[in-house]
Amino acid sequence: MSELGQGKIVKVAGPVVVAQGMSGAKMYDVVRVGEANLIGEIVELNNDMASIQVYEGTVGVGPGEPVVNTGAPLSVELGPGLISSIYDGIQRPLDKLYALEGSFIQRGNALPGLDRDKKWQFKATVENGAKVVAGDIVGEVQESSLMLHKIMVPLGVEGTIEGISDGEYTVDAPIATVKADDGSVSEIKLMQKCPVRSQRASKQRLAPNRAMVTGQRVIDTFFPLGVGGTACVPGPFGTGKTVVQHQLAKWIDADMVVYVGCGERGNEMTDVLTEFPELKDPKSGKPLMERVVLIANTSDMPVAAREASVYTGITIAEYFRDMGYRVALMADSTSRWAEAMREISTRLEEMPAEEGYPAYLGARIASFYERSGRIECLGSPSREGALSIIGAVSPPGGDLSDSVVQATLHVVKVFWSLQSRLAQQRHFPAIDWLTSYSFYKQYLKECFDDKAMAVEMDDMIKEAMSLLEKEADLLEIVRLVGAEAISKADQIALAVAKSIREDYLHQNAFHSVDTYTSLEKQYAMLKVILHLYKKGLEAVEAGINPVDIFKIEAMEAIARAKYIPESEVSKIVDIANQIDNQIAKL
Amino acid sequence: MLKEYKSVSSVAGPLMMVQNVDGAKFGHIVDIELGDGSIRHGQILQVDGDNVLVQVFEGTQGVDLDETKIRLLGKPSELNVSPDILGRVFSGVGIPKDNGPAIIPDAKKDVNGNPINPYSRDFPNEFIQTGISTIDGLNPLVRGQKLPIFSGAGLPHDEIAAQLARQATVLGEGEEFAVVFAAMGITFEAAQFFIDDLTKTGAIERSVMFINLANDPAIERIATPRFALTAAEYLAFERGMQVLVILNDMTNYCEALREISAARKEVPGRRGYPGYLYTDLATLYERAGRIKGNKGSITMVPVLTMPEDDKTHPVPDLTGYITEGQIIMSRSLDRKSIAPPVDVLPSLSRLKDKGIGEGKTREDHADLYNQLYAAYAKGKESQELATILGEGALSEEDAKYMKFADSFELRYISQGFSENRTIEQTLDLGWELLSVFDDTELKRIDVDLIAKYMPKFRKNDGASD
Repeated sequence: MSELGQGKIVKVAGPVVVAQGMSGAKMYDVVRVGEANLIGEIVELNNDMASIQVYEGTVGVGPGEPVVNTGAPLSVELGPGLISSIYDGIQRPLDKLYALEGSFIQRGNALPGLDRDKKWQFKATVENGAKVVAGDIVGEVQESSLMLHKIMVPLGVEGTIEGISDGEYTVDAPIATVKADDGSVSEIKLMQKCPVRSQRASKQRLAPNRAMVTGQRVIDTFFPLGVGGTACVPGPFGTGKTVVQHQLAKWIDADMVVYVGCGERGNEMTDVLTEFPELKDPKSGKPLMERVVLIANTSDMPVAAREASVYTGITIAEYFRDMGYRVALMADSTSRWAEAMREISTRLEEMPAEEGYPAYLGARIASFYERSGRIECLGSPSREGALSIIGAVSPPGGDLSDSVVQATLHVVKVFWSLQSRLAQQRHFPAIDWLTSYSFYKQYLKECFDDKAMAVEMDDMIKEAMSLLEKEADLLEIVRLVGAEAISKADQIALAVAKSIREDYLHQNAFHSVDTYTSLEKQYAMLKVILHLYKKGLEAVEAGINPVDIFKIEAMEAIARAKYIPESEVSKIVDIANQIDNQIAKL
Repeated sequence: MLKEYKSVSSVAGPLMMVQNVDGAKFGHIVDIELGDGSIRHGQILQVDGDNVLVQVFEGTQGVDLDETKIRLLGKPSELNVSPDILGRVFSGVGIPKDNGPAIIPDAKKDVNGNPINPYSRDFPNEFIQTGISTIDGLNPLVRGQKLPIFSGAGLPHDEIAAQLARQATVLGEGEEFAVVFAAMGITFEAAQFFIDDLTKTGAIERSVMFINLANDPAIERIATPRFALTAAEYLAFERGMQVLVILNDMTNYCEALREISAARKEVPGRRGYPGYLYTDLATLYERAGRIKGNKGSITMVPVLTMPEDDKTHPVPDLTGYITEGQIIMSRSLDRKSIAPPVDVLPSLSRLKDKGIGEGKTREDHADLYNQLYAAYAKGKESQELATILGEGALSEEDAKYMKFADSFELRYISQGFSENRTIEQTLDLGWELLSVFDDTELKRIDVDLIAKYMPKFRKNDGASD
């Protein structure tokens, strides 16, 4: 036997390299390719030949160059130091690469994902001699002011813990040893390694039990996302898909956020990289980056690393979930991920299915989204973690019959349908209220402290939605026969539906107040608008002309309600009185 | 010491298979010597054992299997760069075409470039004044942005691109500007129009041209934008210049790519374009941008003609996913002699919010364009309604919006290809047009801004209703 998988390149075609003499290699082992020492992964084995997808550009690579097998699958390093990091698709820290090689990414530089020199203050939470099993929390590191990093016993380790003590450690220094019953000893470090392509274990999957508040009115009110749920944002370009993703990353009610920029625009990623560090966490006032991990694999970076980036992201997210946190993962865009899969598949000369995508496209997408969920974590103390996934898709030509969209819609439970028609009217977020859906609506109630308010909100949401439905029907009639031909009550309905659209659903992500709306404020705003509906109907009963009703000054107040700060929500409630007074005067 | 091989085994379309080659590397270039002694250029697309697949830039006409020799040059395509490239005209593969001397290189640059580390990118946030109201006012361009022009056959995209090249300036600074122009498969007339236009204004002195005309080898087009962007990167990031890159026409580039893909018998994606079209376009477009600690920038304006004005065609569609917005030309405005015929509603600049506002343009800019946009969208709807129902049947409100849309097109959009408006002129014109509405109707503008900017016009024009 030769040493493990020392092979030779025989073929190079774009990002796919075929090597010979790779006996002993396993599927998805990571290899180093050629004299340039490029990073790659084995995706096909045939006798002693291996097809390798290479995560870096292959210009200048030719037959005869060596291929070295590392013998391990593509893995990420998990431990203190993840938070606030900016990685590429295979967990190379971009800031350190920048320091090493300048503005342009060179090839062949493998940097570890976690800083090896930094020392962390470790505080043990178990005693020496305690029995531990995989998943048990043995200590903590205060990684950032917002994240308490819990150190867990890695998978496959079980026994009696010895030599654990508080102190300063680097990520690869042993903090304790675990002696198994059979006498074998394993070391525990702050860092563990975990392969990215399979799900991290948990004790039990649980169903979602509440919604995640995002502060985006159209989402929270009409199409909420459940804790541990999955959502899909498809949108043709120019519909503000990315802004929606950014807004969610900033405001979603999660303990930490993993943001995967997969095949994104460089400048947009820069926007994230420059804006996130300046953002303040709405609850603590601390920098938002203290609970964010960013993965940036822009569209000009190698395609194979793009394929890996979503797995890198979700494995990091699962790791934090296992500490008992609520984690949200944003992937923008999964279409680029699917395209990367297609590109690799083409180079492997696999038989294509629809639109050239590989036949396993649907299965890969489904198993990715299925890594979400609310779980009971392994080990003790017993704790609950949750991972929600929000994936953006970019259907070509805005065509929702695209394979990636269809495969995604098979598995996700929330669909925020972005429409270019709305974007053209500058209605943002351009989430269409008629075609979007959510299976988590019943969980919104759990997010209100005041249960009576929750029940009332539920009814109001139904009323508002039916008004919007009604509007769509009425507008058709108005188109045909003119606005004067419909009944007065319907005219009121139309005007109020317009107010719901413009004054409630429309939300300016760039306005300092309007960018986030608490549930209490959402409740107050919606209540005022529906109050207007009620009063309007009463007024037409009394013979008042609908046109005059909507000339009252309170209309202006309703339109500006979204700009009223959270601390002055009572002012919104007051608008109802204005409506009463002004309609009474008519 | 370059090895020569006479072992060409097959030729098909633009591709050539060579056997028994030793030491070939993926992506490297080769020289091809024909039986008559003429030299062509090629690039290695695939190495399989000792078989090499070569794409021939000049096409394979006249290539035979017996006499043709190939030489491995052992390097990827390179461009010789030095400050002297300014003012010069090159072929689509970087060979001087203007009878001038060869460039004495400061450096040789691999035309494939390297991806910019996202961490080192600097966010584009400096407003570029183009002097075109529909761009400055509604879809502002910022330094380091890539903003394509989606056009169609018979629309004046060359004129608007030339206007951009001529008028673009950064407010309030004396920066060095340069224009890099890459022509891919365009006609002699279109290329000459550019050269003449730039010569007339003297801008040619700070321009670099890479010209591949419609009758030049189609495969060469695949290399052309890479040469142009390599020149742009050199000027921007090594010489600190503000570079505007115009790529005209990307549709031809994509067709050349499709030709290669078809010749390689690859599985086609939509409309026969290869599945990696997105990745390929991204590696070009993403070379635009700014870099931290570097004063240079690359701003890119790719021009593409949409077959049958179809925005969902793969080329505009994938382009739109990579670029930061798009300027779309409208055939109906062009028929109304409105120039430049920018279709305002579907046009978009994604980076606009970062490049405008107080200190950059003016504090009222953002609210103003939102309002103009919304009012014009509504006006367009009223216009449509009027064609169905007749103008008489419009409500008072609809009629008002329709009138607004008409005057918006005639005064705001229409300005000709030579008028250069300052941003203040553009903004003030917007307020003037909006003055036909009640203040309460201007829901998208902050009340304070209305108070500050609107009354001025009331005094001048007399109050409207």
